Amino acid sequence: MAAKTTVGVPRETALALYEKMLLTRLFEHRLDLMYKGGDILGGMLLGTGNEAVSVGATSTLSKGDIIAPTHRGIGAHFVKGETPRGMMLQILGRAEGGTRGRDNTQHQGSMELGVIGMISHLGATPTTAAGCALAFKIKKQNNVAMGFTGDGATSLGDFHETLNMASVMKLPFIMIIENNQWAYSTPPSKQYACAKLADRATSYGMPGFTIDGTDVELVYTTVRHAVDRARSGGGPTLIETITMRLRGHSAADGAPYVPKEMLEEWSKKHPVDLHKAKLIERGWLTEAESAALEDRITAEIEEAVEYAKRAPYPEGPTLLEGVYAD
Amino acid sequence: MAEQLITYVDAIRQALLEEMRRDENVFCMGEDIGAFGGAFKITKGLLEEFGEDRVIDSPICENAIIGLAVGASLCGMRPVVEMQFADFVSNGFNQIVNNAATTYYRWRQPVPMVIRLPSGGGLSAGPWHSQNNEAWFFHVPGLKIVAPSTTADAHGLLKSAIRDNNPVLYFENKYLYRREKDALPPEDNIVEIGKARIAREGSDATVVTYASMVQRSLEAAELLEKEGLEIEVIDLRSLLPWDRQSVLASAKKTSRILMVHEATKTGGIGAEIAASIAEEAFEYLDAPLRRVCSHDTPVPYAPPLEEFFMPSTEKIADALRSLCSY
Repeated sequence: MAAKTTVGVPRETALALYEKMLLTRLFEHRLDLMYKGGDILGGMLLGTGNEAVSVGATSTLSKGDIIAPTHRGIGAHFVKGETPRGMMLQILGRAEGGTRGRDNTQHQGSMELGVIGMISHLGATPTTAAGCALAFKIKKQNNVAMGFTGDGATSLGDFHETLNMASVMKLPFIMIIENNQWAYSTPPSKQYACAKLADRATSYGMPGFTIDGTDVELVYTTVRHAVDRARSGGGPTLIETITMRLRGHSAADGAPYVPKEMLEEWSKKHPVDLHKAKLIERGWLTEAESAALEDRITAEIEEAVEYAKRAPYPEGPTLLEGVYAD
Repeated sequence: MAEQLITYVDAIRQALLEEMRRDENVFCMGEDIGAFGGAFKITKGLLEEFGEDRVIDSPICENAIIGLAVGASLCGMRPVVEMQFADFVSNGFNQIVNNAATTYYRWRQPVPMVIRLPSGGGLSAGPWHSQNNEAWFFHVPGLKIVAPSTTADAHGLLKSAIRDNNPVLYFENKYLYRREKDALPPEDNIVEIGKARIAREGSDATVVTYASMVQRSLEAAELLEKEGLEIEVIDLRSLLPWDRQSVLASAKKTSRILMVHEATKTGGIGAEIAASIAEEAFEYLDAPLRRVCSHDTPVPYAPPLEEFFMPSTEKIADALRSLCSY
């Protein structure tokens, strides 16, 4: 069947992207309900509106490639192999979770899956990913590393330092900016004065692109190109994706500073809905198939919730274990 | 024929050479360390032997140097990064205390890396090329800190640090670089991290010290020997973890403790050790603990100011006389 897409994503890939985005959306929806029901410890940060970026960019990678996702990147974790059960155990602070109750939200990491656990100093994890790219270069290993950041963290020195270093050393590194137009309550006009964040790429001596971050296929193909380039020794690329954070910064933030019209306008461009409409238009997906997929994912999420809720917390004295590696 | 002596600075290079030959995952990165051989010529000749992939000249950016080292270590490398002066490590503080130090505790991925920190004063190098800033990091669980005072320990502690699976801060003392000389240590000279050295045995009082103050404390002990006092001198060698057992044993043996360090007094390593002795060996003490440290000022430039700033052999001897006559 001829692909009716301008960007040439094969049907199988397009459907896989949809499945991971839908999983992300439904999982986060469940988290939201749990938060309102008092089941979530501390704070909660969701990536509603960022699904196409975290899923689309990460889906371009191969085994052995490394990502450093942000707190909007639950979808990136799923693409890299995290399960709903594993994610729920982590978020609920259980002993069986990725950080065994030692760190909150989606901060787990796994070099086996190729995920660097994020730290809340948002500039620092992409720098770490660039270090993985350096290791690949030294070992002549055919892998790439991908760092993610929001628009806000592009104002940190880390962002500049990492891109400069990656470009000077010609590292197999891709920097993805998830520009969702709000760094907590701060809009782009108060965050940066350049027209586009990708314009900065010129000053680092690398290619830069600004693309629609609600279009998962466009994200996928653009990032894919950068990944291929990095893998073949061409060096790093900066990709800015424009989307909109459709919720508050955290669950505790009602985001009263977001203009109502802006939220309404962007809500019509929910990345999951946009992609679903395209798939249906192309005849690659039916409403019934989508509903069946949703049921299957929902059942998996419910199983994860039930399991994680029953799973024990770590015992207090285990606190002292593992400060140092043997 | 006289035995060939090597300096403290050559012992550091020798350890790097041996470990880089032994393990291809060990690599060096820093400012001006390649063809130039580093500001103190410690990496001289390494580029020729190991090539540009393993002896990396980096842009001036301590934060990204350390951040990239963290990432590379996650991928199985063992980076040894050079701060041109310990003072500049402040630019990389976040990567050390929030990323490197917590990664293993949070998600169980070891971070085997070494940060080399040329430190210390007495060279009229002013406020930002003279600091002993080890206490900045002493408060951080997950880090290890070592500070050799002899040629053999400079060699053996660096080898241990490189083989350790945790981030290790290796404070090398610039004043000792070319003043300390000893026989070339054997290749299997591994100095265990966390073990102190009794630099001199005695029964009347104990000096607990490290790095540049070991030699001065030994000079003071020699002066006092002529006055009939037997002073024990403990060279800590490792600061985090420090050798609680050896220090407490000596406190119980001599009952009089003097802490000596070149770093400023308030919040220094000596304060923590004094508090621990007070907690665990108070009833053994015959006199209040004393401290001889640098004054609580920035490190000054003009020689009379810097001499007044730092502990001297005389200041140490005076404190010991007063301690022993209490």
